[in-house]
Amino acid sequence: MFDWNQAATALKDVGWTLAVIVALSAMLEVVLWVVLVKWRKARLALPIMLLAPAVIGLLVLYVYPLIWELNVSFTKMGIRNFVNPGILGLTSDPQIFVGLQNYINVFTQPVLKQTGFWQLFAQTIIWTMVNVFFHVVFGVLLAVMLNRRLRGRTVYRALLILPWAIPAFASLQIWRTEFNYQYGAVNQVLGLFGVTPVQWLSDPIANFAAMSITNIWLGVPFMMVITLGGLQSISSDYYEAAELDGASTYQSFRSITIPLLKPVLVPAVLLGTFLTFNNILVPFFINVNELETSDILVTALYRAAFQFSRYGFAAAFAFVIFAILMVFTIFYVRKTNALKGAYE
Amino acid sequence: MSGQIRAMTGAADARKALGVRRLITPPRRGEDSPVKRALIHVVLIITAIIVVFPVIRVFGTALRPGDNLLNPTLDIIPEGATLDAFYHVLFETNLPNWLFNSLVVTMGTAMVGLILAATSAYAFSRYKFRSRSLGLTFLFATQLIPGIMLLVPIYLLAVQLQLVATYQGLVIAYSVTAVPFSIWILKGYYDTVPIDLEEAALIDGCSEFQAFRKILLPLSLPALAIVFLFNFLAAWGEYFTARVLIGSSESLLTWTLGIQRFQAQFQTQWADLSASSIIVSVPIVILFVYVSKYLVSGLTLGGVKG
Repeated sequence: MFDWNQAATALKDVGWTLAVIVALSAMLEVVLWVVLVKWRKARLALPIMLLAPAVIGLLVLYVYPLIWELNVSFTKMGIRNFVNPGILGLTSDPQIFVGLQNYINVFTQPVLKQTGFWQLFAQTIIWTMVNVFFHVVFGVLLAVMLNRRLRGRTVYRALLILPWAIPAFASLQIWRTEFNYQYGAVNQVLGLFGVTPVQWLSDPIANFAAMSITNIWLGVPFMMVITLGGLQSISSDYYEAAELDGASTYQSFRSITIPLLKPVLVPAVLLGTFLTFNNILVPFFINVNELETSDILVTALYRAAFQFSRYGFAAAFAFVIFAILMVFTIFYVRKTNALKGAYE
Repeated sequence: MSGQIRAMTGAADARKALGVRRLITPPRRGEDSPVKRALIHVVLIITAIIVVFPVIRVFGTALRPGDNLLNPTLDIIPEGATLDAFYHVLFETNLPNWLFNSLVVTMGTAMVGLILAATSAYAFSRYKFRSRSLGLTFLFATQLIPGIMLLVPIYLLAVQLQLVATYQGLVIAYSVTAVPFSIWILKGYYDTVPIDLEEAALIDGCSEFQAFRKILLPLSLPALAIVFLFNFLAAWGEYFTARVLIGSSESLLTWTLGIQRFQAQFQTQWADLSASSIIVSVPIVILFVYVSKYLVSGLTLGGVKG
């Protein structure tokens, strides 16, 4: 039943929050206008005024929490040691301050109940590589086929885009029930082909495969749409010229399509890697039995922080994960120039 | 008047130049041989079946009568199909309230994200200032920060500020993660709009702000719509932040937290779960498939110039 009182409360709470955000921004703009336009007559008055609300908001609500978290990572803050480390998070309170101990523990002690950092790291690498590989391969193949003159391509495209359009959380609830050993559709369909049922939810390797299958299903449409956009920006002249020169379809794919898709695919692969590496929904929900062999770094981070309530440790772990991603990104961007253009 | 006309033709030209073309443009290349075409159709049909099968299956499960839930069958329309589950979740559970809660929070977040991003992206795109590349690097870095990494301090700070189990905390947390991505995408889009139009407007006597509001913003409508949609979808399907910040409050639940209640410890209510998944997804899917025609190819990180 629809509860009108609850609905009114929701509207009021969110409305108030928005009103406060608007009021604070308006005050900020008035102050800036007086100072910059009326008083200093600054040349950059407009960009400063346009940026101010977002910059201040992000500094207070994004950068500050991260700095605070860095300080928490040097403490043994936890549910039993819920000592407030202060506004700045800076504390040398001997009751909770532990220096670099958390960072040492990340590498030397189990992160979960039994599984340590290096195993989780290896699982994450396998997870990311397998998924991104299949996303790109299937995405490009489907896009190339959809880019041809074909009857019913609108219908195909609408159908193939479905996994991206459906809220992932809803699909995941369905997938995890369909992997059920006895009642799930996956084993029943495999049974039609004479395959013996698989313990998708309790066998470590099968569960890892189940996670990957689900995530490949979810992620291919994104790559497909991106690639399709890239394909349509390639002028047909190149292909006509190649055809005149007697190039085969494969040759023109190799020498025209792939190189000209690069500026689209290189950043897309980078974004896809972040999304997969940081994907917590899929490994969390397909892993119904909480197998530690199906955990990746970010799900382990969630468990460390919110199931085991080891906040200090989780903070240190988070910065280690961030460092891994940063090293990878710097390497990738240097190597491929993926961000060319963004800084112009 | 003439200025207006110039702006309008300019808009069409700019749109063409930008690649805001619909994704379905007729292919320009020659016909394939019939064999090849048939092959492509076969591959696409098989793929489409794999993609659509789970979706059809959900409808089948939602239609099953209560006593037939644990029957291992692949029938699309089950024996004794009934709409009971839909009736049950719509009128006998809190699903309508969960949906309303999600809608309110999501709309609020998407609006805050869009307004803050539309303005700051303009500054990043059109002005050179000190610390500009620092800002861009920060915006990019936010893309590789795991969501949970930010959730840890936000939760701990929210506990201390007593913002747990309130929508204030949730709206703030969502907006903060929506803004950087939106700025990055919009900045990439603004970059592709020729600056000549705004310069012409300045010569015609517009102020800088008017040039932004009257020239660039209308030209950027498709990109603004996409950014709104992305923020909307990101918040609509969000689970972990909501679970950590408002999961303890029964009356504030969003739909992602709510339908988890159908997966009770010992007995999953499959029909209810399927029916509510359909109710939650259908409007989003229609919206998405409609808007996806306008998906800009430069969506990836905004740094792409094809």
